[in-house]
Amino acid sequence: MIHTLIFDAPAWNRREIKRYARIQGTEITYDTLIDDCIAEAGSALSYRVCYSILPVNTENNVLYLGNIPSPYQTIIKAIRDAQEVLLFAATVGAPFDRLIQRYSLLEPSKSLILQAIGAERAESLCDAFCERMNTELSAAEKCLTPRVSPGYGDIPLEMQKNIFSVLDCPRKIGLTLDSSLMMSPSKSVTAIAGIVDGCDKQLERCKDCEKIDCLFRK
Amino acid sequence: MDFREFLQHNIVILDGGMGTLLQERGLQPGELPERWNLTHPEDIIEIQRNYYDSGSNVVNTNTFGANLLHYEQEELEAVITAAVANAKKARESSTSTHQKYIALDIGPSGRLLKPLGDLDFEDAVAIFAETVRLGVRCGVDLIMIETMNDSYETKAALLAAKENSDLPVLVSDAYSDTGKLMTGASPAAMVAMLEAMGADAIGVNCSFGPDRLAPIVEQYLRYASVPIILKPNAGMPHSENGKTVYNILPDAFSRIVVELIQKGVRVVGGCCGTTPLYIEKLCRQIADKIPGFVPEIETKHNTVISSYSDAVFFGNDPVLIGERINPTGKKRLKEALRNNELNYILSEGLKQKEAGAQVLDVNVGLPEIDEPVMLTKAVYELQSIIDLPLQIDTSDPVAMEKALRIYNGKPMINSVNGKKESMEAIFPLMKKYGGTAVALTLDENGIPDTAEERVAIAKRIIDTAAGYGIDKKDLIFDTLAMAVSADNNAAKITLESLRVIRHELGAHTSLGVSNISFGLPQRDIVNAVFFALALENGLSAAIMNPFSAEMMKTFFAFRVLKGLDENCSDYIAFADMVQNNVTLGEKNAPSAVKDNLTLKSTIIKGLKEQAAKLCAELIQTSNPLDIVQEHIIPALDTVGKEYEQGRVYLPGLLMSAEAAKYAFEEIKSRMTDTGVKDKCSFVIATVKGDIHDIGKNIVKLLLENYGFDVSDLGKDVSPEAIIEETVRLHAPLVGLSALMTTTVPAMEETIKLLRVKAPWAKVAVGGAVLTEEYAKSIGADKYCKDAMDTVRYAEDINATIRCEQ
Repeated sequence: MIHTLIFDAPAWNRREIKRYARIQGTEITYDTLIDDCIAEAGSALSYRVCYSILPVNTENNVLYLGNIPSPYQTIIKAIRDAQEVLLFAATVGAPFDRLIQRYSLLEPSKSLILQAIGAERAESLCDAFCERMNTELSAAEKCLTPRVSPGYGDIPLEMQKNIFSVLDCPRKIGLTLDSSLMMSPSKSVTAIAGIVDGCDKQLERCKDCEKIDCLFRK
Repeated sequence: MDFREFLQHNIVILDGGMGTLLQERGLQPGELPERWNLTHPEDIIEIQRNYYDSGSNVVNTNTFGANLLHYEQEELEAVITAAVANAKKARESSTSTHQKYIALDIGPSGRLLKPLGDLDFEDAVAIFAETVRLGVRCGVDLIMIETMNDSYETKAALLAAKENSDLPVLVSDAYSDTGKLMTGASPAAMVAMLEAMGADAIGVNCSFGPDRLAPIVEQYLRYASVPIILKPNAGMPHSENGKTVYNILPDAFSRIVVELIQKGVRVVGGCCGTTPLYIEKLCRQIADKIPGFVPEIETKHNTVISSYSDAVFFGNDPVLIGERINPTGKKRLKEALRNNELNYILSEGLKQKEAGAQVLDVNVGLPEIDEPVMLTKAVYELQSIIDLPLQIDTSDPVAMEKALRIYNGKPMINSVNGKKESMEAIFPLMKKYGGTAVALTLDENGIPDTAEERVAIAKRIIDTAAGYGIDKKDLIFDTLAMAVSADNNAAKITLESLRVIRHELGAHTSLGVSNISFGLPQRDIVNAVFFALALENGLSAAIMNPFSAEMMKTFFAFRVLKGLDENCSDYIAFADMVQNNVTLGEKNAPSAVKDNLTLKSTIIKGLKEQAAKLCAELIQTSNPLDIVQEHIIPALDTVGKEYEQGRVYLPGLLMSAEAAKYAFEEIKSRMTDTGVKDKCSFVIATVKGDIHDIGKNIVKLLLENYGFDVSDLGKDVSPEAIIEETVRLHAPLVGLSALMTTTVPAMEETIKLLRVKAPWAKVAVGGAVLTEEYAKSIGADKYCKDAMDTVRYAEDINATIRCEQ
């Protein structure tokens, strides 16, 4: 079944906002600009997640997550040892896109910071959601593996179609997929994480990745 | 019995969930449920028969997602034909004897409409239209549009239903936890739009159980004059032993729904998680607790308009309609319209909103522009970013219809008048698209000299509108403020006719207030007093300049004195802001002199207001060309170099560019001839299929700063449109932007076409996915890694060809 959750605003992470805006570590802090944008973003943001827990099975040597064929190394690696996966979609909503659009034409500097805020909000929402799931899973001594998303590694964007049809995103959280496989509202994430036994080893999502020249590597 | 008649006199019982029942019968996650009409007809018929047997008057066909986005034409026809046939079989085989109808079920397309998504409004209408045509052909009794979570898409579906059938249409939206649709519309806004467009019943479904939908449905009851629908889920779902269980059981569900029927809800059923048992219990509880009870539908007389998110009501509290988007007497706006500078129009809109306007008048009529095209574009762009309702202002019926059609909400229409020709043109449009019209008290004989005659015209307009099924609540009378300098009694006549129409005819009123002082010095003084008099005589709305301090003083003072401003809080906030004899709306820039700033340093620091102020001061003593050459361009160069050296980052570069733009605006708005020779034309666009335009907008801003004559075609632009503009301007430079790998082929196609049709043009490309090699492989002349790079390239080309425009 598909569950829907609504979150309060996750804690703000200014460092991440600066990282997404590519102004981290500069002498000029742009703090006023960021403050203004955060203040304006607040009322335009909402935090919604829909998710489903699906069995992992292999048919004819192809990995399936529920009914989704998933023959991708990135997924296989990410969910190794998992019998179940968590499939989810998260969005900060359409009104925020209108805000970005408003400034895109009139004050691109704000639009740029708002883009970064949107990225940070969507990721922070995913973190808050995964933390909550981990808390629930820990009762059964299980935990989530690091999440991966379409467009990452060898997972093609085409996989979005399957994810959307399984999670019924338009109806559950107002998230749609356009003809170019991009999501609207734009500040949204879909992701997959394995559910594995034992929570002793902390998995580092960034460190596990092979793309060592990544701009966003932590 | 005809469904419309049945709906007028009965509580209508709808069906319950379909999707959840199909899942129980084996529908897999991700499988298209409508295919089951063909593959599992027995299951569908059985479920639908159970609903009829349980007491449903209306059962939906299993066609929620049956549209051309999910199916090819041929399969769509087969699916819908089978779906209607299944519903008919269910109805025939049902043994119960009550009234039974079949509704063509239409759910959302699953895509977001532009500008939020990439589905064009007219494409959405066409997609729904095909489903409607097929369903109607197969013989359904009514159409049920449901689970819509966006007002624009709801409008598209309702328009498609209305244009392709005469059947009754029920429209139900799915609200989010915020009490609004996912894209922001409030219940009041939805009621305003849907009722005005002629939906037979409206309401809410899905999302939550009846308990949590109650506050939303109560808002519908408060505002609507048509039957209200309630089709909730069986509460919230959770998992129990691998099965999905909903937390509101049939008894509790029925109890809450019956309570809401007692409050006035007329059309009831269930959505996700509900079953024939829920419908059976519901019918039983209705029969037991409220036998024979049919709630009255109270006709409301609200005069209301709406934007994509909010409704604005006309009543005792006056509504301010911003008049600034109208080229009459505005040189800068005329120039913006001729140059297709929509940004200027948008910023005028935003400034008026900040100054307190509650509605924006939009008039783009100029002899040399294509008004239908420009008006539609302006309305579309304004409603993309501003949540105020718009007043569409044109005398061209073609432009009016195009703008009404794409408007997201219930607009104000400016205007209709007592001439037969005007009423025959406007009333059918109002009936079809919805709207509240400003009605001018003039007719074929002109503007009468007496109040009696103006009132007589108003009466005639009301009577004629009634013949079209338009109530006087949707007419706002403008008794026409005429210059007192030409006729000393002009104000008296206007005010007397206003008073009679408002208080004796019971219709709302509006005035273009400032006409009264035409030809007089210090017009604001006269305007403000006339405004006060008009308000006292019953003025419901004023079309005015929200930057006029005198007018705003009158407005806030009047509201305080009339008890319309609780705790005087609006007045106090206004008083804080106001200074004597200053024009409002222009932010008071901090003193630049004190901080020893120069125009150059304000631009480098990105201080917009100060830059504008200093530039305005410089204009008094320097020639504009010198200001540009000696102050603005050197400042931009400094920042540009620092950016290229990595000492300033993109936000800093942009803030400087924005400050420079503010300075340029001062030059443009004050000088008849700027003396600034534009550099060559530069056509810029995000290519077809791509709706990402932040990068393109950044490039545009910088190019404009450097004096290029930029023609911005926007995003998702076809190769043909780019070629047409390049040829029209004989532009030596074209900039193409793409964010996604999937749209680079569109870029390549555009370049190929440019080489044939505009071989003189150099093509620069940029965007996230592009690289030097990639750009070369698709035939571009230049890959620009960022906005400054584009400026440098454009400067080079400009120097080479020394083009003079």
